Amino acid sequence: MNIEGKKVTEKVGSILGNYQREKGMLVSILQDVQAEYNYLPKDALMEVSQGLDVPLSRVYSVATFFKSFSLKPRGRHLINVCLGTACHVRGAVRILEKIERELGINPDETTEDLKFTLETVNCVGACALGPIVIVDGEYSGEMRTDKIIPLLDKYD
Amino acid sequence: MVTLTIDGREVQAEEGATILEAAKESNIYIPSLCHNEGVIPYGACRLCLVEIMRNGRQRLVASCLYPVEEGLVVKTNSERVINNRKMIMELLLARCPDSEVIQGLAKQLGVEKTTFKVEEDNRKCILCALCARVCEEVVGVSAISLVNRGVDRQLATPFYEPSVVCIGCGSCAYVCPTGAIEMEDVGDTRVLSMPHVKMEFKLKKCKTCGNYWAPESQLDYIAKKWNLAPEVFDNCPNCRD
Amino acid sequence: MTSLGSPDELETLRKSIIKSRDPNKPCISICGGTGCLALGGASVINAFKRGIQEQGLNTKVDLRITGCPGFCESGPLVVIEPNNILYQRVTEEDVDQIISQTILKGRVVDKLLYLDSKIGKKITHENEIPFYTKQKRLLLANNSRIDPNNIEDYLALGGYAALGKVLSKMSPEAVIEEVKKSGLRGRGGGGFPTGIKWQSCREAEGDTKYIICNCDEGDPGAFMDRSLMEGNPHSVLEGMIIGAYAIGAHQGYIYVRNEYPLAVRNAQIAIKQAEEHGLLGENILGSGFDFNISISRGGGAFVCGESTALMASLEGKVGEPRAKYVHTVEKGLWDKPTGLNNVETWANVPLIINEGADWYAKIGTPKSKGTKIFSLTGKINNTGLVEVPMGMTLGEIIYDIGGGIPGGKKFKAVQTGGPSGGCIPESLLNLPVDFDELAKVGSMMGSGGMIVMDENTCMVDIAKYFITFLEGESCGKCVPCREGLKRMQQILTDISEGRGKNGDVELLERLSAAIIDSSLCALGSTAPNPVLSTIRYFRDEYEAHIKDKRCPAGVCKELITYRIIDEKCPGCGLCVKACPQEAITLVQKKKPVVLDQDKCIKCGACYDVCELGAIEVK
Repeated sequence: MNIEGKKVTEKVGSILGNYQREKGMLVSILQDVQAEYNYLPKDALMEVSQGLDVPLSRVYSVATFFKSFSLKPRGRHLINVCLGTACHVRGAVRILEKIERELGINPDETTEDLKFTLETVNCVGACALGPIVIVDGEYSGEMRTDKIIPLLDKYD
Repeated sequence: MVTLTIDGREVQAEEGATILEAAKESNIYIPSLCHNEGVIPYGACRLCLVEIMRNGRQRLVASCLYPVEEGLVVKTNSERVINNRKMIMELLLARCPDSEVIQGLAKQLGVEKTTFKVEEDNRKCILCALCARVCEEVVGVSAISLVNRGVDRQLATPFYEPSVVCIGCGSCAYVCPTGAIEMEDVGDTRVLSMPHVKMEFKLKKCKTCGNYWAPESQLDYIAKKWNLAPEVFDNCPNCRD
Repeated sequence: MTSLGSPDELETLRKSIIKSRDPNKPCISICGGTGCLALGGASVINAFKRGIQEQGLNTKVDLRITGCPGFCESGPLVVIEPNNILYQRVTEEDVDQIISQTILKGRVVDKLLYLDSKIGKKITHENEIPFYTKQKRLLLANNSRIDPNNIEDYLALGGYAALGKVLSKMSPEAVIEEVKKSGLRGRGGGGFPTGIKWQSCREAEGDTKYIICNCDEGDPGAFMDRSLMEGNPHSVLEGMIIGAYAIGAHQGYIYVRNEYPLAVRNAQIAIKQAEEHGLLGENILGSGFDFNISISRGGGAFVCGESTALMASLEGKVGEPRAKYVHTVEKGLWDKPTGLNNVETWANVPLIINEGADWYAKIGTPKSKGTKIFSLTGKINNTGLVEVPMGMTLGEIIYDIGGGIPGGKKFKAVQTGGPSGGCIPESLLNLPVDFDELAKVGSMMGSGGMIVMDENTCMVDIAKYFITFLEGESCGKCVPCREGLKRMQQILTDISEGRGKNGDVELLERLSAAIIDSSLCALGSTAPNPVLSTIRYFRDEYEAHIKDKRCPAGVCKELITYRIIDEKCPGCGLCVKACPQEAITLVQKKKPVVLDQDKCIKCGACYDVCELGAIEVK
């Protein structure tokens, strides 16, 4: 096994250890793996399967079932547009379309330069301030189409 | 034993049996697609839904899963049941317009055509998951599973690559109700064609007659599982004593 | 901190905490909930910290970062005790003034006070704000008095007294009887009588049992559970421990959706502090009862709010529901008896034990007892969380508490129950909020989301929105939901884009009936509700889209046109710059602009930027 491979085994092993290798904690384990690599790499998933003694097909099913997981590398900055009902009624779709046009990508895609990944989320619970856009965990409420470019320009 | 009524007929069933099992025993037909006696009922196709009356309440339940009860009144052909079956078939016809099995079943249940826009990619998979369930519960290798969610759901191997744990036994092809998985033995190779992945397996040659008869990986798996000497499979079933 | 060995020791600790607190000492409470943080609350908090430090006030003034009190429209919120002064929409720049005027000189900063536009007066004190006075904030009131990361705040307000009472004076059966008598019904949407659920779970066979708190709050537009879990996690923990004792469970789980990181964090801290105080873990308060709670995160799947899907996820599997012919109270998590309840349901339990079932049952209607928290959002003046006694009418909530529709627009409908519920029109505004009353009109209580819509909301678009949402969240297991919702989405999209045909509404109704009857779980079986209720009360809108190819509310892009109102346009050119397709041109300076319809993509950027109302959407 090469150096990189050994690192993955160690890293994943340590995450599994945090959960006492409990099979039921698979989703939380994958959250931590994704936090480490900014996505779910294939060899990390294979490590999880081996370390938890869960079939790889099940790990893969779970990784592809839940929307918060990405099996492709994500950009440096994660943009989340809330499409909850309250935000929808306040025009969230137009905000999303503006970002799509500006960056040239669709939801669940990453810009070519790996700068931004665009995702949508169904309600973050800040409905009073819709439409909401979250970038790298920072919330911006009461968004308007003309506020998008200034917001995106803040990140490099 | 439990006594229940199905379509006006009194029927006896074992405790713990399902309505579907009780109906089958009494030769009462209830259609189903995702049911197979070899695996745990899944309740996904919803074709086997029947109407029950219980505590004054009438509702539809999946007969493959609902346990029989003393005094239960079941209707397998009420208007509500028929309407639902027809809608399910319309939806399946729109999903798999070229599947002969679906077309045949639809006609049998009184559906000539579908109201909905048909899919164009000639799919036959109805996502009943019988293949994946058999692979997990009967064969025990869990090589395939249902991936993604909702309308994007598909039957696949991890990463859509040939599975390293698949033994090529073909149980999935055997159990598939619509023929969405095809298995063909050509020369020394078995080809398993799934909706999104194709896998090939080397077949073992019989030492006596020289015919290729089963995937080597399958035989290795069986030998390992039951602690058999590898020579046990040197001869094909026809040439064994 | 030594672990508390008995309920008496708990009371002793409580008394000493209260004694050590000077009720007259100034305390600055700042809302640290997700909503206020999204409005810049973090910089306000930091500014206060800096200001207090710089002025040397560290020992003279307390700073408390509290949970969300729900008055989101006015955030960031700051309350100054002991005089209960409420400041709204506080910015970083206001902090110095608050410190120098209010803290040091006892003077009120007028411009930060809430203005009651109805009476034209400013309101100084938090407890006089009309938004609050008409509510009955049994669960939410403490949110602005508690730092969720400090268990002593909860103890000072009487926290864990109910647990002490239960462990020292009540048998598990007595607890169940009390909860049954109270009439508490599940607050997650199902409305099932909680006491009966607990009883069935207690009586189920088996020694290993589980308790689950469902904090997967997936209904878009609902954030009641977020606020409770972030702001007062101990109230939920206390309810769970009491429930576990009643049922006979020794392990509990809180399943929090991944989109609530602050709730996860605050719950984790609360559990740790409860463990340190002997309120969780082994031999709780010396009673011999053991109970542990673990936190599990969701992965972004609405379907995992359904109890069997949630349990599948807790078992490390995909969130696929299963048939409930055998109930989860008998065979749930790992096939063991499991008592699953919603966050708000758990939070009601200490209240019932402390005040008694009879007291609780006096609140509400005959079949729906207690209060309910609603998240009032959409086209409403006072967006936020509203806690009212069951039985208050929708009209009272929307107008008396919510302040009516902004911009002088006309009320059109209110959606309750999220994607499983329905739209309720103006004619039914005198309907009381009650589980059964809402169901009768084709909607439901649901988890508490209440989304207000005005004349500019298209009901066909709303139906399409909900079906699109549910199609994306369907687990895909059963045919009627997976295939049926897809087809409903196609039909609704066709209608909204001008391709509707005669018979489409009838087809939607036929499809709905089959999906309701044959879906495997409640996601599918309730999915047609928004469609059916909009057809029931707003059929004319569907017909306008289908027959006239017209969107009366001016929303559906393919059926509307943007138009420049020449008389109102001074030719300032703002819209020209805003248009991404260069569809607007300023032909001559100071003359109205010209919009090229062929290039217009109906994105609304010009409409957003025009401050003179010179752009019309029809």
